[in-house]
Amino acid sequence: MSSLTVTDEQVSATRARMIQPAWVRVMHWVNALAMILMILSGWQIYNASPLFGFSFPREYTLGGWLGGGLLWHFAAMWLLMVNGLAYLVTGFATGRFRKKLLPITPSGVLHDVRAALTFKLAHDDLSVYNYVQRALYAGIILVGVLIVLSGLGMWKPVQLHWLVSLFGDYPTARYVHFFCMAAICAFLVVHVALALLVPKSLRAMIIGR
Amino acid sequence: MAKRSFLIPGVDKRLLIKDSIKTMPDVTRRRFIAGGASLGALTLLTGCDVVDSSSADALLARVSKFNDAVQAFIFNPDALAPTFPESAITKPFPFNAYYDLDDAPDVSAADWKLEVRGLVDNKKSWTLDELYKLPQVTQITRHICVEGWSAIGSWTGTPLRDFLKLIGADTRAKYVWFQCADKDGYNSPLDMRTALHPQTQMTFKYANEILPRAYGFPMKIRVPTKLGFKNPKYVVSMEVTNDYKGGYWEDQGYNSFSGS
Repeated sequence: MSSLTVTDEQVSATRARMIQPAWVRVMHWVNALAMILMILSGWQIYNASPLFGFSFPREYTLGGWLGGGLLWHFAAMWLLMVNGLAYLVTGFATGRFRKKLLPITPSGVLHDVRAALTFKLAHDDLSVYNYVQRALYAGIILVGVLIVLSGLGMWKPVQLHWLVSLFGDYPTARYVHFFCMAAICAFLVVHVALALLVPKSLRAMIIGR
Repeated sequence: MAKRSFLIPGVDKRLLIKDSIKTMPDVTRRRFIAGGASLGALTLLTGCDVVDSSSADALLARVSKFNDAVQAFIFNPDALAPTFPESAITKPFPFNAYYDLDDAPDVSAADWKLEVRGLVDNKKSWTLDELYKLPQVTQITRHICVEGWSAIGSWTGTPLRDFLKLIGADTRAKYVWFQCADKDGYNSPLDMRTALHPQTQMTFKYANEILPRAYGFPMKIRVPTKLGFKNPKYVVSMEVTNDYKGGYWEDQGYNSFSGS
């Protein structure tokens, strides 16, 4: 019986060290792949009729031409949607969003931004997100919802015309979609840079501890 | 009950899924059936060897077919495209083609006749004067290009479904296939349900003026529920058919459904 008790303690000790549960890690990396496919194919589609005075370099686009880019975009959207919905449902159901991302107070964010810029932001406990992380992670989830909604509106402007009118009109939905992409790219730059600066956070997202 | 409301009458859910499964390769099909639709969609994507581009292409084509089945299942093909006031019209409405305006077909009104072929009772050809005598309606709708740009225009003409009725077309046929006077022979198939859509129009006028050469003189098919490339210009013939005959852009890889 004593050996059984020890096993239980070992299990709970392992649990305590677990920073990122398996579902978070799996969905994180599936989302990473889906995002990259959506962005690179999205740049291909953008290039067919640029909104601004620039195009994305061909070597950073997916699909070879507009038709190919569209096929990639409308295939990877399944990966993004199924994974994203599962993430939102699990995040709310398990209370992870509430526990990890809340509260977000302006003073807390200001304090931690100042600390981060003066390199005084501690990363002792990776299981607790600081206010900069909370704001960025919650913000990027909202951007993710917005880019999917504007994208659905652009994809089916007749069937989902109510969704389009939520953004104003079809051309506005295109701009919203573009700026959400830009926000995600900016997030990616900061996110990847910080993961490399604090490698144990990257390790936690791969092996969980 | 809410779940049933977007079911299309006459379409059997199980048959539809069965049909879309048939378009998948063996391994994928087994995984799809084992894992259910959402997991199957994941497998379709992650199970591929992206390095081998021909297998990636084949896979993407299959996902595209799968998307068609999903769209046919969840959307109402008779949904009306939003209409706009005259003040919303885009000026100037853009000319768009895979050639310059100088190379656009220059159709002579006197020589032109609309040829009617296939599963119709009356195969007589129609002169422009005869077509102009048919009742016409005006719609102000947004034209959306596959490239992403859009423009609102005012189109006047005869609803295609009225014309199909007039010529005794078999509306149980699958497609109406249009051929055009563009160089390289533009053509495009339209599924019958869309051909019978109340807003699908044989267009003879733009902004209340005879359709100019830039927008497809003498006749354009205006389909506000489809992307621009499914709105053929300079139409010379229509064929009611059960065969999928392909299309200029469809054959190059644009999705043939391309409904908005």
